[in-house]
Amino acid sequence: MGLEEKLPNGVVLTTVEQVVGLARKSSMWPATFGLACCAIEMMSVGGPHYDLARFGMEKFGATPRQADLMIVAGRVSQKMAPVLRQIYDQMPEPKWVIAMGVCASSGGMFNNYAIVQGVDHIVPVDMYLPGCPPRPEMLLDAVLKLHDKVQNTKLGAHREQEITENEERMLRRSLPLVSKD
Amino acid sequence: MSTDNERERDEEAANLPEKQGRERLAAPVRRTGMFGATTTGDTSGFGGLQVRGSAPAHSQRPFTDPDDPRTADFDRVADDLEAALGEDAGAVERVEAARGELTFHVRREALLELVRVLRDDPSLRYELCTGVAGVHFPDDAGRELHAVYHFRSLTHNSEIRVTTTCPDADPHVPSIVSVYPTNDWHEREAWDFFGLVFDGHPALTRIQMPDDWHGHPQRKDYPLGGIPVEYRGATVPPPDERRSYQ
Amino acid sequence: MTVTEDYIDASGGDWDDVIEKAQATSAERLVVNMGPQHPSTHGVLRLILTLDGETCTEARVGIGYLHTGIEKNLEYRTWTQGTTFVTRMDYLTPLFNETAYCLAVENLLDITDRVPERANVIRVMMMELNRMASHFVAMATFGMELGATTVMTNGFREREMILDIFELVTGLRMNHAYIRPGGVSQDLPPGTVGKVRELLKEMPKRIGTMRKLLDENPVYLARTRDVAHLSLSGCMALGITGPLLRASGLAWDLRKAKPYCGYEDYEFDVPVSDGGDVYARYRVRMAEMEESLKIVEQCLDRLRPGPVMIKDAKIGWPAKLALGPDGLGNSPDHIAHIMSGSMEALIHHFKLVTEGFRVPAGQAYAAVESAKGELGCYAVSDGGTRPYRVHFRDPSFTHLQAVAAMCEGGTVADVIAAVASIDPVMGGVDR
Repeated sequence: MGLEEKLPNGVVLTTVEQVVGLARKSSMWPATFGLACCAIEMMSVGGPHYDLARFGMEKFGATPRQADLMIVAGRVSQKMAPVLRQIYDQMPEPKWVIAMGVCASSGGMFNNYAIVQGVDHIVPVDMYLPGCPPRPEMLLDAVLKLHDKVQNTKLGAHREQEITENEERMLRRSLPLVSKD
Repeated sequence: MSTDNERERDEEAANLPEKQGRERLAAPVRRTGMFGATTTGDTSGFGGLQVRGSAPAHSQRPFTDPDDPRTADFDRVADDLEAALGEDAGAVERVEAARGELTFHVRREALLELVRVLRDDPSLRYELCTGVAGVHFPDDAGRELHAVYHFRSLTHNSEIRVTTTCPDADPHVPSIVSVYPTNDWHEREAWDFFGLVFDGHPALTRIQMPDDWHGHPQRKDYPLGGIPVEYRGATVPPPDERRSYQ
Repeated sequence: MTVTEDYIDASGGDWDDVIEKAQATSAERLVVNMGPQHPSTHGVLRLILTLDGETCTEARVGIGYLHTGIEKNLEYRTWTQGTTFVTRMDYLTPLFNETAYCLAVENLLDITDRVPERANVIRVMMMELNRMASHFVAMATFGMELGATTVMTNGFREREMILDIFELVTGLRMNHAYIRPGGVSQDLPPGTVGKVRELLKEMPKRIGTMRKLLDENPVYLARTRDVAHLSLSGCMALGITGPLLRASGLAWDLRKAKPYCGYEDYEFDVPVSDGGDVYARYRVRMAEMEESLKIVEQCLDRLRPGPVMIKDAKIGWPAKLALGPDGLGNSPDHIAHIMSGSMEALIHHFKLVTEGFRVPAGQAYAAVESAKGELGCYAVSDGGTRPYRVHFRDPSFTHLQAVAAMCEGGTVADVIAAVASIDPVMGGVDR
């Protein structure tokens, strides 16, 4: 076809985007943001039974400055919300957020004065993980899905184009479940 | 003294139906109509129905029920408390013995002195206070806010409850932190959630809610506060606005 | 020790300002804000420490970062639905929360004596398993906070064994809502007894490993011996119960003093130590786990066939649950009965499930000896189908008040050991 045929054995061609994605996903460092019940399951994932180290993620960082993934594990109260945002702001780009459990995703069963109704009111969320609390396997699944997303993230002009296209698609989207009258 | 008591008791026994009727009517109305509808929607014929809550309970001696082992030391505790209080025995407005639990309803002015006696009197020795719980009864005029304390005696293995009340307009209750230091945070919590002011508390500040929060969220006149959750164009209303069965 | 009036506030703001102030003045005292987001504070606890060099001269605690409003939320749900909420308070001891709540509701309903024997045995067994799981997490997080990762991984591995049983019995690893007013939600599934027996055989070895690792470990002893001492009178003044009180020398245990769920029929000891320090608390927790194993064994011997929910049809859930192709649901027999057999049964089912049962007006306080101490539930009913007010006296909440007494005068490193030895769970503290 072209260049490939002239290459010696053992060389693989790929795009810069794929290489960057591979590097980013293969050593993701999560910042611990354990809040409630889900935090215990998150710690279980770090334990020997489920072993998050298989995905290069066993280094749960105590400092947000050296982290690129925030797993919001548990219910976020109104008092905790500013703290959460500050931690998020301290993380360097690029960064991702998993909202673990229904409380972090939507407020869950606690629709009351104390709880923020979904952490996406405060920080952008990349992955919503349902369950109360989600099983460790579900968290692993969410992590793998996020890895997939990171691997296939575009860069530079491609990224901008992707964002524009996404936004247009969202605007055109009809809401299939309920009528909006 | 004892003859007076007996005569009173006889008179009360003679007027028991009347007394019960009085108590029944003194109870607050909780709901009118069959289905709680406020408009003309109630066609059941029970529109004039009035469902009453419970009247304030008032137990008579003896508090100890021979058939109920849980109540075995009730009379002893009541006697000892009366003896230890001496002239201040009037501080106890009424006593309630129900469900194997003994409750003393106390005037708030006398609370601090009473808990000091509860802790220090050798026959009582309630060493452990398990905190204070606020309860808000908006319909109980003049005594809207209740502060409920539970005390446990490790020496005598006994447990009592002390309740004191204050009106919403003057939500002051004496702090018992000077006697039971453990009540520090419990009283701050009751202030935070119910607006009960504990006079004499070393630092009565909010504990659970943010410092700049307005209102006391667990009072009955404070809404549950849920905001409607939107889901794909549909709105899930907060729980207190959804349909409920009464 | 000389305490200067000036201090440097390092609890937020710009580091440059802190350094500038430190260089400009001779202030020795430093105010440090630790948490609410910090790996060594057991969740979202906030400590405000005043340090004079390495010495902690003042320790104050800020809580409320996990306040969930559960007590208020309960007032908008039926009495049965309440268990779903209370189980999420102290998420490491869910079954104790449920039991305390159910005992209070049962006292209000005056049905305490009518709860079936088998339900009580199951409750005791589940609670004791839960006590072990909670203590394992207490050890694990303690190890992690002191930097001993092996302790942490071992603790979580051991806990996983207990969670397997919970999942088999309740369907969930955490937040079970298994214990309900009047009994438990469903009977033990087949195979449970065998699985628990396996655990009974394996667990003493695991506890032995943990003891071998820590009991005489010089590093562990150096971090825990004579650290965060709290005397018995201090415990009483601060209202401290549970393992902390027993580690200060008083054998006070509600299971012995005020038995509930039939605890008077079981033989077990109450472990005590008079050390009053972090190490004593560790030893008491370890010994308690061994006692729990004894109780679980006795529970298995006591299990007799029978109902697990109160006979009273006005309170007990009408359906029998069964595993169908789409998960757990009403049994086919029950569905056939209400859909084609009896209209009254359908109405009854509908009323009980949507509206719930009425609870006579009044108030009740029920306390259980949870893994952390006296867990009390004060419930008020106005005669309706929903609680008027429920208040929980959580042991962690009360115990955290002791941080100042334990930490002041010690080094900053000992603060971590002190807080971890209290074993606070913020879900219970803030509710």
